[in-house]
Amino acid sequence: MTPRRTYPALVLLAGMLLPVSAHAATIQITVQNLVNVPAEANAKVGDTVEWINKDVLAHTATARNGDWDVMIGPNKTGQVVLKKAGTVDYYCKFHPNMTGRLTVTP
Amino acid sequence: MFVRLIMAVAALGLMTGGAFAQAKLTDPQIAHIAYTAGQLDIDAAKQALAKSKNKEVRAFAQDMERDHTAVNKQALALVKKLKVKPEDNATSQALTKQAAAKRAELAKLNGAAFDKAYVDNEVAYHKTVNGALESQLIPSASNGELKSLLQTGLKIFQGHEQHAEMVDSKLK
Repeated sequence: MTPRRTYPALVLLAGMLLPVSAHAATIQITVQNLVNVPAEANAKVGDTVEWINKDVLAHTATARNGDWDVMIGPNKTGQVVLKKAGTVDYYCKFHPNMTGRLTVTP
Repeated sequence: MFVRLIMAVAALGLMTGGAFAQAKLTDPQIAHIAYTAGQLDIDAAKQALAKSKNKEVRAFAQDMERDHTAVNKQALALVKKLKVKPEDNATSQALTKQAAAKRAELAKLNGAAFDKAYVDNEVAYHKTVNGALESQLIPSASNGELKSLLQTGLKIFQGHEQHAEMVDSKLK
């Protein structure tokens, strides 16, 4: 993980500055107008990814490898705790043109 | 099927640049067409929910009903805010007529035949509406907020088109 990447969550910034921290981070991804921002994010095993849906539509974050399937209601949030390392591509089941990628390191 | 779709598109005057291009649409007309297109897909979904027993098809129809209802609610809020009164027009009327004919055609089918025909039509219908949004409705919209709502609508309906294609590929 390089410090060049910026995230809205201050908690993640703290996590990056203190890589030895035992606390798992929460990575926030905003979903607005059918776009995941950031579309590509880095995380560590044990971190929580939280999608914040600003659309009036229901979305999902569905891992293509079947690892997880997160429902994100309209104007609601959805979370998943990452359990495995690896690169996971995900999409929205309702709008398959919405995609994203998480790179999970041990 | 394909020829009929082309004819339907042409008849709707949704093709730009060709012989069927019509005079520039006004914002009240565009708002009416967009709202009507959504409502017609809600009606199609209701028919599918009343007739289909296929789990995937029913889930898809529920998604269509939910999404198009949410988008149309946003559209109504916007036209109210802009004090635009949606205006009925030839394109809305042609869309409505086509959809009524399709509903009557689907009403005669049952089981797997209905499921396939409904989902096929969902693919075709979203393609037609998306083509019209891209080539005509979005470029013609004058108001920035209306244009922006139509652009978001296009992304949503492109998603629906892909979703319908995924469901379609699972049907025999």
